[in-house]
Amino acid sequence: MTLTSLDPGILKAAHPVPGAPNNWKRFFSFNTDAKVIGIQYIVTSLFFLLVGGLLAMIMRGELITPEADLVDRTVYNALYTMHGTIMLFLFMFPVLNGLNNLLIPCMIGAPDMAFPRLNAAAFWLVPVFGVILMASFLVPGGPAASGWWSYPPVSLQNPLGHLINGEALWITAVALSGVSSIMGAVNFVTTILRMRAPGMTFFRMPIFCWTALSAQTIQLIGLPALTGGAVMLLFDLVAGTSFYRPEGGGDPVLYQHFFWFYSHPAVYVIILPVFGIFSELFPVHARKPLFGYVFVAIASLVIVGLSLVVWVHHMFPSGVPQWMRDLFMVSTMLIAVPTGIKVFAWLGTLWGGKIQLNTPMLFSLGGLFNFVFAGVTGIMLATVPVDIHVNNTYFVVGHFHYVIYGAATMGVYAAIYHWFPKFTGHMYFEGLGKLHFLLTFVGTNLNFFPMHPLGLMGMPRRVSSYDPEFAFWNVIASLGGFLLGVSIIPFLLNLVSSWVWGPKAPANPWKAIGLEWLLPSPPPAENFEDNVPTVISGPYGYGTGKPLVEHQEAYERALQEA
Amino acid sequence: MTSSAPIRFNRAAVAAVSAWVGVLVLLSHWLGQQAYRWLPVQASSAAPLVDDLFSLETAIACFVFVGVVSVMAYVLLFNRAEKYDMDDAAPVEGNTLLEIIWTVIPLVLVMAIAWTTIGVNREIGSIGPMDHSHGATSEAIAGAPTAEIQVIARQWSWEFRYPDAAVSSTELHLPAGRRVGLQLESADVIHGFYVPAFRLKQQVIPGRSIAFFITPTREGRYRLRDSEYSGTWFAANQVDVVVQSEDAYQDWLTRAATQPLRPGISDASREYAQQQSRLRSSGYPTVPPAPPPMVNVPGSNTLPHAG
Repeated sequence: MTLTSLDPGILKAAHPVPGAPNNWKRFFSFNTDAKVIGIQYIVTSLFFLLVGGLLAMIMRGELITPEADLVDRTVYNALYTMHGTIMLFLFMFPVLNGLNNLLIPCMIGAPDMAFPRLNAAAFWLVPVFGVILMASFLVPGGPAASGWWSYPPVSLQNPLGHLINGEALWITAVALSGVSSIMGAVNFVTTILRMRAPGMTFFRMPIFCWTALSAQTIQLIGLPALTGGAVMLLFDLVAGTSFYRPEGGGDPVLYQHFFWFYSHPAVYVIILPVFGIFSELFPVHARKPLFGYVFVAIASLVIVGLSLVVWVHHMFPSGVPQWMRDLFMVSTMLIAVPTGIKVFAWLGTLWGGKIQLNTPMLFSLGGLFNFVFAGVTGIMLATVPVDIHVNNTYFVVGHFHYVIYGAATMGVYAAIYHWFPKFTGHMYFEGLGKLHFLLTFVGTNLNFFPMHPLGLMGMPRRVSSYDPEFAFWNVIASLGGFLLGVSIIPFLLNLVSSWVWGPKAPANPWKAIGLEWLLPSPPPAENFEDNVPTVISGPYGYGTGKPLVEHQEAYERALQEA
Repeated sequence: MTSSAPIRFNRAAVAAVSAWVGVLVLLSHWLGQQAYRWLPVQASSAAPLVDDLFSLETAIACFVFVGVVSVMAYVLLFNRAEKYDMDDAAPVEGNTLLEIIWTVIPLVLVMAIAWTTIGVNREIGSIGPMDHSHGATSEAIAGAPTAEIQVIARQWSWEFRYPDAAVSSTELHLPAGRRVGLQLESADVIHGFYVPAFRLKQQVIPGRSIAFFITPTREGRYRLRDSEYSGTWFAANQVDVVVQSEDAYQDWLTRAATQPLRPGISDASREYAQQQSRLRSSGYPTVPPAPPPMVNVPGSNTLPHAG
């Protein structure tokens, strides 16, 4: 009966920190319950989403006119650097780790993560490096202002010559973020590999777990390169070494290789779990099994393999030889194939379904729309001659934001609404949710579509001023940016008011299939405790009438009675 | 397109889908032609090649994107659950043939695009000796001119030296109709040499001298922009490129050689001076701009440009 080597002793083991007492103070403590940590991650990341978004709106205010007039150029450069850094390292990665913490143990029937203390330590590093990064606004030279890539030599220029400068704090924060992510990745991979419920074979695992496993594997392989590269950069900055300084015999392009060897796969660390979210939500809200489950699962692994061999496509104009350009163009193109498999599988899932347009489904559909748009511009960027024209222009900024906001963040919103009842025990307000979707969808396209014509016309990214011929599309983009700022209001209003006053959520409000829906809302500290169900079929049996677990009726009856 | 039933291969459905695919093909072809209008004027031999490729990709992208969105629109119109209907739909778990088809077709498609692009890469062959040593373009070796213009990027100015004519300038003059060799060098950080009208771009890396070849084809005034973030006045680090007939170019060189050296264009130095004399507010501390290069011809970066 036991197909995985789950040690029954784990279930009985005393929690390092006793299970969460049901009061708000647990969210401010070194709590080892994955569900508490998940909410800690998500709330922290949403705070930084507001900070990063505020910086973006100041930038859009600057860019609404061609001249550099709202803020000084040095301030603009610091703003865009901090915007990118905050959004990636303090919003995107933490919010996804929050979802991982909430969903993985519940979905696979584990009581908690494999290493609960490591899990809590990984989370508490986030506010630590968040504070370090924010503190850089207060040091004399101002924060780092060399972009989130921090390419040397420009990142090594230190106008005041202080040892404690914005760039040094930036590198420290990014390195700590890497440490936190590695600690998280070890935990997620181990948990998925070792702690699945009896009967949950790999090919009975929900796609979200497949994608989380794939994404966290990338973290384990790629992050050491970035962290190592960042430590060398720090030495060049504060200790006078010459890893990247050309005047000392170093090679600035070497840093670009280290940086992109991790930072391209990092995009897949972000988008793979979002593919997982789409693969979970489309079946539930279209009432159909996921089309081609096995293909979708394996496509995630193929993406992991390919994502590690495409990084040079960020460096086509960096003086790399032609054969290298051709090679990395081909590997980049190949990623379209597993990605296409997923998109077509979602369309196959929707086809002939019974679609319910609630907020999570709207965000998923909107996210898919934006993702396909980002996908076709991605193919353009993969082809070398077109990339050389639009490289480092707004075309890339537009493509990237369609992926990271249009698809990934909208997928995260979908997930937050979909699992909100499960983990808070309250329903959200549908009207506010739909308003949030409408503003987000319109704002995203208004903000990021105009960046494509701008890039094609030749407007470089990262500019604090620009030629007047670019003004028209920039005004539209700025209006879209401000609309996105407004769109956050109904979202936060909804989260807070629903958690406080929202109607009590049943255990399974969506009639969804999955182990997490066999738990009460919110689940108890140790999930199934010693009553872990035995999985007997695949995860998306909608319409088949097949039960997911042995004695399913007994579990459902227990939920009814409770 | 009137039935909400699951797909059946009846004659009406096949006809409707075929008609829609026909519409999509026409739409995609039309959008592909429009794509040329989104790009700057074509002023180099590379530009038409890049634009043709972009046009082809726009057409393919339009077909894929509108195709996917059509399916989404169809299911949203015809596959919606009735109000209060919480039942499941018919359980279709997959179709191996369909899955193989939508794996193989994109594979063939992207490999075809890649193959086409490798051909275009060879044709453009704009980059310097690194290519030639890897044997990418035999044509390029035969016709490779030696660099006649030295390009020096600084924080934040561009200087162009014509050693054979003993001329220097902060406005890049190029002859139309032949291949010109540039030697790209940086005095401080990485910059990017980018002329949108030429569709060409190359990082300028300190510690290296990169040979770069351009064949300008259209006379006119264009923008040269710094495309690799280079610090405080990165955005202001732009000058003009003037493409002239061979005669006018030689004439310009001859006249330029007689001009005395003067400070060239550096918008950064001007703004920095304003900040130093409190005419302009300043923000965080910055690396001071390099002094404007002393050149024979400063030129202008405020005249109307074509792209």
